[in-house]
Amino acid sequence: MVIQALIFYLFASITVASGVMVIASRNPVHSVLYLILAFFNAAGLFVLIGAEFLAMILVVVYVGAVAVLFLFVVMMLDINFVQLREGFLQYLPIGGLIGLILLVELGLVFGTWVLAADVAQIAALPIPAVDQVTNTEAIGRVMYTKYVYLFQASGLVLLVAMIGAIVLTLRQREGVRKQSIAVQNARRREDVVATVKVPTGGGV
Amino acid sequence: MVIGLSHYLTLAAILFTLGIFGIFLNRKNVIIILMSVELMLLAVNINLVAFSAFMGDLVGQIFAMLVLTVAAAEAAIGLAILVVYFRNRGSIAVEDINMMKG
Repeated sequence: MVIQALIFYLFASITVASGVMVIASRNPVHSVLYLILAFFNAAGLFVLIGAEFLAMILVVVYVGAVAVLFLFVVMMLDINFVQLREGFLQYLPIGGLIGLILLVELGLVFGTWVLAADVAQIAALPIPAVDQVTNTEAIGRVMYTKYVYLFQASGLVLLVAMIGAIVLTLRQREGVRKQSIAVQNARRREDVVATVKVPTGGGV
Repeated sequence: MVIGLSHYLTLAAILFTLGIFGIFLNRKNVIIILMSVELMLLAVNINLVAFSAFMGDLVGQIFAMLVLTVAAAEAAIGLAILVVYFRNRGSIAVEDINMMKG
């Protein structure tokens, strides 16, 4: 129990610290790297709590896809980041105020919140015992049966996002010479080569 | 020293507040704002998974997976819009985004 608590505090403190660095770091590349660190530690927390499948999905999706996408965009755009930092302190009071209000509100919710007595009995989908069914198998058993429509809908969301991203960023540039293989293959000898009888001393 | 539900909820609350704070602090840099949104979604996921584990209900984990899907889609679209905006304007300052104002 003590070891579990220590690991929780380790992961949680690193997550919060890297979260702070994400929003406070001067260089956006560092921000992305701290975001990756935060995701890794959150995945560790998920493993600790018994949700291994989600932990691995978090690493694959967030670290492998989203964070790398962020890194690509940060490095692709040629931005003067020093200029963007101007006015950082200007928004500190209002931002701090709103953050404080939100934190106090969440604290109030935590202070007064109690669980219903029979909440464990009315679970919509009780988690099977760990020694019988693994977490991944338990999710897989309901994901493709009971929640198949939600699964398909999330696939549709991803498809729309993919098409949207391609349509948004695709562009035809002016003045770029591209190879057109169809035009090249359609050239015939008669169209481009002509035999000319040149009279002696006359020139073409 | 037993780690209970409230520990995880406190962590998620702190992360969510950090996300809000980041949006207000980095008013000019859209990339950091998108990263703050990702932090907030991570906090939501921690909440869902914590409730799922401590209540013994698997639905929370499935819902967290759907949230993850939507977060990935949102990041892709947001960054695509950002790239197009940078091509048109040459900057990513949020304060300049008023072209569509009537």
